[in-house]
Amino acid sequence: MSRWVLKGLQTGVVTTRYPAGEELSPGTTPGLPQALPCGEAESEALISRCPTGALRRAVGQVAVDHARCVHCYRCARGIAEPLPWEKGFEWAIFRGESEVPKTFERSLHIRVVDAGDCGACLNEVKLLNNPFYNMHRLGFFITPTPRKADVLLVVGPVTYHMETALLKAYEAMPMPKLVMAVGTCALSGGIFGPGFATGRGVADLLPVDVEIPGCPPPPLAILHGLLVLAGRKPAAQSKEPTVAG
Amino acid sequence: MKLQETLRQVQALWPEVEINMDAPSMTAEIRCKPKEVAPLCDWLFHQQNYHFGGLVVEENGRWELYYLFVGEGERGRIQVRTSAPLEERRFESVSVRIHAADWHEREAEDLFGLIFEGHPRLGDFILHDDVWGEGVEPMRKGSDLKKILSKRRPREEWRPIRIVDVPGAFVMPIGPVFSGVAESVHFQLETIGEEVLRAFPRLFFKYRGVEKMAEGRSADDALLLAERFAGATAFSHALAFSMALEQIRKVEVPERALVLRCFFAELERLRSHLGTIEDICNSTGLAVAASQVGILEEEALRLTGSLAGHRYLFGLAIPGGLSRDFDNETLREAVSRAKGIVRHLEEIERLLINTSSFLDRIEEVGIVRKDQAREYGLVGPVARGSGYCNDLRKLQPYAAYRAFEFRTPCEEEGDGYARLRVLFAEVRESLRLMEQALSELPDGPVFVESEPAAGVALAGVETPRGTTWHWVRVDEEGKIQRYRLITPSFINWHGFHLAAENFAFQDFPIILATFGLSVAENDR
Repeated sequence: MSRWVLKGLQTGVVTTRYPAGEELSPGTTPGLPQALPCGEAESEALISRCPTGALRRAVGQVAVDHARCVHCYRCARGIAEPLPWEKGFEWAIFRGESEVPKTFERSLHIRVVDAGDCGACLNEVKLLNNPFYNMHRLGFFITPTPRKADVLLVVGPVTYHMETALLKAYEAMPMPKLVMAVGTCALSGGIFGPGFATGRGVADLLPVDVEIPGCPPPPLAILHGLLVLAGRKPAAQSKEPTVAG
Repeated sequence: MKLQETLRQVQALWPEVEINMDAPSMTAEIRCKPKEVAPLCDWLFHQQNYHFGGLVVEENGRWELYYLFVGEGERGRIQVRTSAPLEERRFESVSVRIHAADWHEREAEDLFGLIFEGHPRLGDFILHDDVWGEGVEPMRKGSDLKKILSKRRPREEWRPIRIVDVPGAFVMPIGPVFSGVAESVHFQLETIGEEVLRAFPRLFFKYRGVEKMAEGRSADDALLLAERFAGATAFSHALAFSMALEQIRKVEVPERALVLRCFFAELERLRSHLGTIEDICNSTGLAVAASQVGILEEEALRLTGSLAGHRYLFGLAIPGGLSRDFDNETLREAVSRAKGIVRHLEEIERLLINTSSFLDRIEEVGIVRKDQAREYGLVGPVARGSGYCNDLRKLQPYAAYRAFEFRTPCEEEGDGYARLRVLFAEVRESLRLMEQALSELPDGPVFVESEPAAGVALAGVETPRGTTWHWVRVDEEGKIQRYRLITPSFINWHGFHLAAENFAFQDFPIILATFGLSVAENDR
């Protein structure tokens, strides 16, 4: 057994400096497409390439609805005027009606529910316990039971088969409680919903407090969402585009 | 025996069947009457030792059923095809003779309303009885959204089925929401205290109906579904779908793209296996090892992300090639980083095989015998851990695999440790393949334009979890008419109970981890 201790010590600390410092390692985030000021012809070319309707014409620009973007890169590759992709990860948008109660300021216990995700979002959630992200150091814990949970973290478009389980998990949580929708599917149904077997995201069933776009959102983006819930980081500004005339 | 020889024998034994063979692709179709299907399939499977690939059901004005059989090299691939008018809903069950067809027939019963006579257990499978009324049949043509939704029954209660009837026996239900971070699946473990007598997974909580959604969509839109229904192995599935479309469009993919496809498929395998190895360490409670492998998994994800833009390779494989090129210097750097990851993994492997507390938990636990693996048609590292050594990259090479030298690691014991050793060895082989791909990378374009065309094609890819088959039919307008996904997780979940039964309760999470199954890939 002592060999494992030695191996652990040899590895040193790999944990990110975020949220105290910056995290700029390449490959930690896929980024998100950003709005691009452009003329009508270029914007039409871009919008027609988007298969999920995430791009819209707004005043003097192409606007991006991140809740619909599934990272197909068709607005970035194989086109003369690509949309710029920003590499950040502080994407969490606060959707709650009122302020988060002060009780949640320090530590959060999280119950994860997979409501039909593809495996990528859930893997990124799993990685929060990875030494690189190590969310325990911030007082965030994943709990096996909803009875102990402060936050319900939901991934996936919410399939009909999972509705009962999701609602039961929510009902089993003590008050006050928070809901976090993670990933494009959980925000809008993504490419799966609404369909004959899935709904169009968590908000149709539960009051969502924080939304995290991304397909999938990287662990740092999910971490940012938790920090927003704990009142320790400001939320991203919702970029609701002004739709043209 | 070569494919031609097999077909000659088929013709001699069943003079009425009609045989079409395509020599360049080594594929054959045997058209026969419904009553000839079961004996013919039985003969191919038991006398000729073909691997059972799966069942494809189509509704094209008539019922069309295709049973797929795969052999190695010149034994080729055979599809047994039969047809019947739509009023005819009864077919003889093949699963009575070939158990691997069991879940395929249950699926066809649930989604199309076909009845397989002799099948012992049809009913609650994909469509859960507590959510849907009778007669939904969503995959039928003309079953529209409104009609389907009218059969929905929200929030009904469902009770587990008990089979074991002895004093003191009870059912331990687990899931669908369980553990820390786990995919949604429900297990019923029947036990009399310590030993699991019967392990029954109830799947399809994540059923999104991908195959139905694809119908009527353009190929470009359906590609998004192919790539994202199992996001953790997105590249392999996008590749299989793209290959099927390329067959239909008769496109020659540029050499450079073929080699790069192998490169990225192997990078995905490497990353996926690291995740599975981490889960195995985690399931035995070996926290340091799990953390160490976890570090490597995140490094592999960062490597993938910085190389291709996306951590799970979304948007890279497209019909006609790849969506972008890479300069050779960047790829070289990526290989050297992958080498570093594998070197560290080997260090961890050496420590693991000297940690007796770890080995005690996985050795001689969760055993699947070779004959069982074949009878269930298991695929991927699970089959290879049981000495059933099938690997599509070897059996029927695609992309540029024919040009590469690699081996398919195989173990005989069929226990958790054997499956783990297969994973370790495959990571090393993947690195070797990436190195070869880099050294033999030709110059040239990575994409070729193609015109939409009508037709039908079947393409197979060896994903990290095993062989997947994508069956695609495109109509005259370029819209998908039928999309059938046969996934390795669907196949291997079928055989999961073999490993879980007759072992102690506390071994269950470990056996589950060594199978490395994806629920999303199964549920579709």
